[in-house]
Amino acid sequence: MTFSGEFIAFMLLALAAVIGGVLLLNLTNVVHMIIALVFTFVSIAGIYILLSAEFIAGAQILIYSGAITIIMLFGIMLTKHNDTSEGKPSLWRRLFLLLGVLGFAFAVYIGIYNLDLAPQTNHLHENNTLQIGKALYSKHIIPFELTSVLLLVALVGSIILAKKDEKGGE
Amino acid sequence: MSSIPASAFLALALILFCIGLYGALSKRNTVIVLISIELMLNAVNINLVTFSKYGIKPSITGQIFALFAITVAAAEAAVGLAILIALYRNRKTVNIDEMDTMKH
Repeated sequence: MTFSGEFIAFMLLALAAVIGGVLLLNLTNVVHMIIALVFTFVSIAGIYILLSAEFIAGAQILIYSGAITIIMLFGIMLTKHNDTSEGKPSLWRRLFLLLGVLGFAFAVYIGIYNLDLAPQTNHLHENNTLQIGKALYSKHIIPFELTSVLLLVALVGSIILAKKDEKGGE
Repeated sequence: MSSIPASAFLALALILFCIGLYGALSKRNTVIVLISIELMLNAVNINLVTFSKYGIKPSITGQIFALFAITVAAAEAAVGLAILIALYRNRKTVNIDEMDTMKH
């Protein structure tokens, strides 16, 4: 196994991502959990750059580590944000859950551990954003427009859901 | 062409998915459950981008699909938070064990 720079970068990013996830599971303060998850999101953006997907890496940093983290922090601040002592579920329940998750992980790992895909020549890294734009506006134009409708529905729907009820309404 | 095998990326995505699954099923705070689901969606996106590079026919379509998945995840986070805030206004709790009105 040669230790190329790409391999070292992959190992460091993967380690940071997994550490962020484990911290999410083990910390008790909810604000600290979200800050730990930012590490995971930024490392995943680095993984995308290794996979020659620069535009998705930028979108990941903008949307996940920027927008979704901030919106989750708002959600915590608007609700009870200082109850750190959330009750742990019972031991049997955690054990059962851990067994289920490990069983799932093992079942999927059997499928992927010796998956040997021959590396293909690809041109994804040359003008990545240009390629994405061309594909979006030629082959995938209908889903792209439907996405704008989805975003509008989500915007209006969440405002209506979170709006205060009229007290003396009809 | 590349020194990292595809199964390394798939294994990383599997680990992150399992962490998200365990967090979503074991945490009591609803905000943490929502963000665990985001972590699971992120793991799926890593798979999509991996196969867009390492698949039998490498093409940009996998990255486009990952972009759509990111968009839907953002919309889902906004709607989930709105539901959470409406629930908090009525029930004064974010503990997921106490949101059991439909059980009785």
